[in-house]
Amino acid sequence: MGAKPLGRAANRGQIGKGNTEVATATPAEIKIGPTHEEHPGFWRSYVFSVDHKVIGKQYLGLSLFMALIGGAAAYLIRWQLAWPETYVPGWGYVEPQQYNAIITMHGTIMIFFVAMPFVLGAFGNYLIPLMVGADDMAFPRLNMMSFWTLAAGSTVLIASFFVPAGPASGGWTAYAPLSARPIYTGVTWGQNLWIVAVAIEFASFLMGGINFLTTALNLRAPGMTLWRLPMLVWMELIAAVLFLLSVGPLIAGSFMLLLDRVAGTGFFVPDKGGDPLLWQHLFWFFGHPEVYVVGLPGFGIMMEIIPVFSRKPLYGYKTIVWGSLAAGVLSFVVWAHHMFVSGMDPRLATPFSITTILISVPFAIMVFSMLATLWGGRIELTTPMLFAVGGLATFIIGGVTGIFLGSAGLDVYLHGTYFVVAHFHYTLMPMVFFGGFAGLYYWFPKMFGRMMNETLGKVHFFFTFICFNCVFIPLFMAGVAGNPRRIYELSSYDFLKPAQHLHVIATIATLGLLAGQVPFVINFFMSMWKGREAGRNPWLANTLEWCTDSPPPHGNFSEPVMVYRDPYEYGNPDAPKDWMAQNEPPAEPAPQPQAGGLRLKGTGTV
Amino acid sequence: MLSWLPQNISTFGGDVDHLFRIIYYITGVWFVAAELLLLYFLVRYHKSRRAKSVYVRGNGAQSAWVLVPVLVVLVLDLSIDKVGGEVWNRIKIDLPPAGDVVHITGKQFNWEFTYPGPDGKFGTADDQTIENELHVPAGTVVRFELTSNDVIHSFFIPTLRLKQDAMPGRRIKGWFEATQPGTYEIACAELCGFGHYSMHGVLTVHSAQDYRKWVQSRWGAPQTAAK
Repeated sequence: MGAKPLGRAANRGQIGKGNTEVATATPAEIKIGPTHEEHPGFWRSYVFSVDHKVIGKQYLGLSLFMALIGGAAAYLIRWQLAWPETYVPGWGYVEPQQYNAIITMHGTIMIFFVAMPFVLGAFGNYLIPLMVGADDMAFPRLNMMSFWTLAAGSTVLIASFFVPAGPASGGWTAYAPLSARPIYTGVTWGQNLWIVAVAIEFASFLMGGINFLTTALNLRAPGMTLWRLPMLVWMELIAAVLFLLSVGPLIAGSFMLLLDRVAGTGFFVPDKGGDPLLWQHLFWFFGHPEVYVVGLPGFGIMMEIIPVFSRKPLYGYKTIVWGSLAAGVLSFVVWAHHMFVSGMDPRLATPFSITTILISVPFAIMVFSMLATLWGGRIELTTPMLFAVGGLATFIIGGVTGIFLGSAGLDVYLHGTYFVVAHFHYTLMPMVFFGGFAGLYYWFPKMFGRMMNETLGKVHFFFTFICFNCVFIPLFMAGVAGNPRRIYELSSYDFLKPAQHLHVIATIATLGLLAGQVPFVINFFMSMWKGREAGRNPWLANTLEWCTDSPPPHGNFSEPVMVYRDPYEYGNPDAPKDWMAQNEPPAEPAPQPQAGGLRLKGTGTV
Repeated sequence: MLSWLPQNISTFGGDVDHLFRIIYYITGVWFVAAELLLLYFLVRYHKSRRAKSVYVRGNGAQSAWVLVPVLVVLVLDLSIDKVGGEVWNRIKIDLPPAGDVVHITGKQFNWEFTYPGPDGKFGTADDQTIENELHVPAGTVVRFELTSNDVIHSFFIPTLRLKQDAMPGRRIKGWFEATQPGTYEIACAELCGFGHYSMHGVLTVHSAQDYRKWVQSRWGAPQTAAK
């Protein structure tokens, strides 16, 4: 700690013992520049690194790797639905039991091991310290531990593919008693490992969440008030709080489920006096906030990118923050909308229906604010911008279809059909993948020092955007036709015969969607070594991560960072150019930056 | 989209479809407006047409541009809540007086329908349990009690617009009234194991006359069945 540069040592001082470290640092110890161990060696640099940037990249790598498995599962599901019981190229025949396992693992992997590590793990870890002007996370070792805990969880989940009787097949929601007793599915260790893997994943993100929260609140550079935080930091912060507050019951629930399976307890087994509905309450009390945990950061990414390529300030910054906080609070009182027809007291449906539909209000605020940001801008459709506005365009569909399902009276019919499947893919895909890809194309130059190829990027975008819509619009129709989800094949129902061709369209589009990711993979690796040099600030953006080298050195900033203004000062007529970096001193002598805002932070004295 | 709704044969199905249409048109207007606006902005304010952007932050008074449409959203939300709440109450809360009663039990991977027989009482010798076949008269309120022997199933008849989970350890009451004779499919809408996809049954709605015939064919003529 003694070797920290002065400015950051002052920041650090606020979380613990006050500013004594500044006082005790002798002049010889104060030096500017990368200050961690000089040559940490291969293992310490790339594997067991405590640097938030390396950890962010590790999360990125892990999530993209898991996305390959999740995507392969989607391929098998779609093939089976379009052309039931035919030979799936590269795999073989899909059996009914196997089909249930594949849908279970697809959902589990995509939510817990792709969405969370991608938009929270990768972007949160990489960007929060850079954006608030800190040299690392508040607890670097805890950060490293959170990643390796997640890696352990992923390993356990992947191991479950190889145990006798196969992986879990009770759905990603693992409804008891199907999941609580091996006799109902025939799955033994697969389900146990599933529970363990998911519980480990929760533990990992608990550690990560503590870090996000502490870093964003306590390690902000002097002048970085809460109202000057980039929107992505706000969103990661709210997501972290939602996760921390909601996951506890489900961690307990997962232990209870495991005990039901291996120790003969009966928390969720009615024969033993337990209640299957309890599991659903525990699961969805977490499960609904979880949607915003993975969703809000994706929105945050879009809100970083849209102002930059519209050359306009983000419209309604404070309204968005208050709206997001409201969405966060509301997300704790909507969970039973997943359970309207579950057999819970039907009188509960109406209050939960009202809160659910009210969620449209904060999301409408975010959507309108993004639209208003585009209004009057000078819009440049780079690849990150295309993914951001493409994500906005698709999210609108996900948003409006939520009203159908949130209305309990209509949910009686639509619950558990493909309408639900299409709806949540239309909310999660825009926020996680469109938002995530937008973020990758946007921050890739910062992460790797080189630009990604724009042509390949645009090919990737148009393939993804068109094919994605062609997959899920037909599935809305299948849902309206009454097609239940998780059905191995449709042909056993006569009323689903007309929906069969919808599944063929969706499957062909899925093949296009998967093929459309190839340009991204090529672009990603090619640009890493051969891309055009990016320089510090290729997009002429204002936030702090752009004022340091690309990639930033260990310790992030080579000189102390001071923040003078809001993050989205684009096109200000009083400025000499159309952007003003947050750390750029004003032309006239600067007043001392004040710690204003919500006063959660003391001043960083300089 | 609306044309994909299957035929409706229940008294409350029309309400569900009506609710569907209301939400479809309200959200449809917003959807089209938002997408067109987005597209228009991308074209109109593209950099090839613009030398400079307008400088607006939109805090304070200017947030009205966002908050006014949001207020409209709020009003529409509440009106949807009102209609939806009424539909929900009719289907799930205000159960009408019983006509016929049937007990439905889900089990991996069949539906069992138990009829009380001519004495109208369950637990007597003339109860009959039929697998995967539900027979009801048209124009009569049918009350059911739904449960499960093993895992959660979901009793789903698309043409009735009816869905209710079958929960082990609970007996859940519900009702429907079919309007048109015919045969319709019953699906399971909750993942219940490897045979989930094949857990289907058939609902036969008889005219009043046909229903008497069917009862006779199962229980014999009324005088012999009465004890």
